[in-house]
Amino acid sequence: MSTDNSSQPNSLAGVAAARHREPGSAPLGSGLEARGVHAWFGSHHALEGVSLDFAAGTVTALIGPSGCGKSTFIRTLNRMHEFIPSAAMAGEVLLDGKDIYAPGTDVTKIRLQIGMVFQKPNPFPSMTIGENVLAGLKLAQIKSDRNKDELLEECLTRAGLWQEVKDRLGAHAGGLSGGQQQRLCIARSLAVNPKVLLMDEPCSALDPGSTLRIEDTISQLSKTMTIVIVTHNMQQAARVSDYTAFFLADGGPGQMVEVGPTNEMFSRPKDERTENYVSGRFG
Amino acid sequence: MSSSVIERAVPEKRVLTTKPRPSDVAFRATLNVMSYSSLLILAAIGGFLAFRGFGAFKENGFGFITHSDWSSIVDNSGKEVNTFGMAAMITGTLIISTIALVIGVPISVLTALFLTFYAPEKIKRALVTVVDLMASFPSILYGLWGFIVLSPMATYWAKLIYKYLHWIPFLNVPSPAFERSPFLAGIVLSIMIIPIVTSVSREIFGQTPLDRIQAAYALGATRWGMIRAVVLPFGASGVVGGAMLGLGRALGETVAVYSVLNIVFKINWHILYGYGGNIASMIVQKFGEASFTEKKALLAAGFVLFVMTLLVNMVANTVVQRAVKSGK
Ligand SMILES: Nc1ncnc2c1ncn2[C@@H]1O[C@H](COP(=O)(O)OP(=O)(O)O)[C@@H](O)[C@H]1O
Ligand SMILES: [Mg+2]
Repeated sequence: MSTDNSSQPNSLAGVAAARHREPGSAPLGSGLEARGVHAWFGSHHALEGVSLDFAAGTVTALIGPSGCGKSTFIRTLNRMHEFIPSAAMAGEVLLDGKDIYAPGTDVTKIRLQIGMVFQKPNPFPSMTIGENVLAGLKLAQIKSDRNKDELLEECLTRAGLWQEVKDRLGAHAGGLSGGQQQRLCIARSLAVNPKVLLMDEPCSALDPGSTLRIEDTISQLSKTMTIVIVTHNMQQAARVSDYTAFFLADGGPGQMVEVGPTNEMFSRPKDERTENYVSGRFG
Repeated sequence: MSSSVIERAVPEKRVLTTKPRPSDVAFRATLNVMSYSSLLILAAIGGFLAFRGFGAFKENGFGFITHSDWSSIVDNSGKEVNTFGMAAMITGTLIISTIALVIGVPISVLTALFLTFYAPEKIKRALVTVVDLMASFPSILYGLWGFIVLSPMATYWAKLIYKYLHWIPFLNVPSPAFERSPFLAGIVLSIMIIPIVTSVSREIFGQTPLDRIQAAYALGATRWGMIRAVVLPFGASGVVGGAMLGLGRALGETVAVYSVLNIVFKINWHILYGYGGNIASMIVQKFGEASFTEKKALLAAGFVLFVMTLLVNMVANTVVQRAVKSGK
């Protein structure tokens, strides 16, 4: 954890307070809700009883030391967890009140509504920039009645990449910088019009400049969708999120220690362990 | 100052040596011999075939590969009259190998996809064993099986194909003789190349970067959608390489083809029709009773096959290696 956080925990809270919006300021349906989520890898119990609401139109940051189950948790939210062969889960995840794990659910439809951006930018290298953005439509065999060019421009604009690539949409995605590739991946997940966007440390492989651009993008996107972001950078959490949830694995399975409005989490957390973590005393 | 720079003595570079132990020297020499010997054997075989067959090349000229007559007769005056042309055998070999690829590669790719992305662990392990076993099966068993079991079936299929698709030129036949056709030989060969093509494809599919697979799934892709968008573009060049390794095997396969194909020295483009050509089988068929001159011609034929196989394998290796390295 970067040490400059520890000296000025209050400034983090200040940043967060300036950012804070009340939930419901963007009426976008009823959001996402995790209820008593457990996760296992084989016999290893990685996550225990996490219940967390993500109100529609809010940004929630998941923070905590590495290995505490943040990635595992976020991957249970769009059913990517089950790709690991031995993985199991318990509990419920409700999207607009409906359990996404309910029998008879089409997983691919869930993932269309809950998009995901990964730590390492992963555009499809055999496709052009334009094809990458529209890949989701093709992959999910969606017949969009929207004009492809319009959609392309809209997604790239929302991801803050349009100006940089509008003249080379036919170029291969591999030629972009890491930060541009990550914004391309964001644009790609926007094309299928998800209600929720999950981001697992989207900036940890990027330079500070690119990181700020992505944070801008997140702020813009949060006006129209629900965002969950895992970050190990507490300043980032303070800058972009409305709510912050603190995770910890104290020898046993990972748990959620505390969740609250981001400014409160950084100024007056209720739990001593949260206090220690956000003030940089461990982690 | 500058003069001192000029005069500065540059020490001579030392030769860095070490005195290896005798055991090390012996070991290294053995390794060298081992690794060069296979190359040497290859060169020796090629050289031998070219040298012994040279006469046939000289006498028949280009006709050796452009004509289809193959006869060695003794005329009334007791003189041997020879014409050796391999055109029918070369085209036959290529036709049969192509049929083998057209049938074998799709089956292999689907098998490899199934093994990599669909099969439960237990079935996967069992199937991999079976496929590997198929590779080590002696060809004569494929030949016998092809002759006894497959032949009647293939004849039936050939009749069906003919019935519905005879308007496609190469699926037509001059008369209803469907036995011992290139089609049958191609099917037998396709089964023989499935193991190698499957295992190369499986290898390359298994290397598909996980983050790309996840990216596709996270976009709501079905498994098949993910395979089309990620796995196939990634694995395409590897599959091509695997297919060429299979082609290398198909070109040279002898006994299995010999058991099921009616070898005739006449080019046959009708793949369902009951005769065809094949270099390796032809050599086996003729060699026992060949005269001295004909033996030379057969060795020359062997050389042609040698070059064809070598070329295909070299291209295949380059393609596979590039596919594995680039990992694009
Ligand atoms: N694929 C996996 N197989 C087995 N164990 C895993 C796997 N992924 C994560 N884990 C375990 O689950 C726990 C939580 O990991 P993770 O969710 O990646 O933590 P975080 O993202 O907070 O750093 C860790 O103990 C980790 O070792
Ligand atoms: Mg993680």
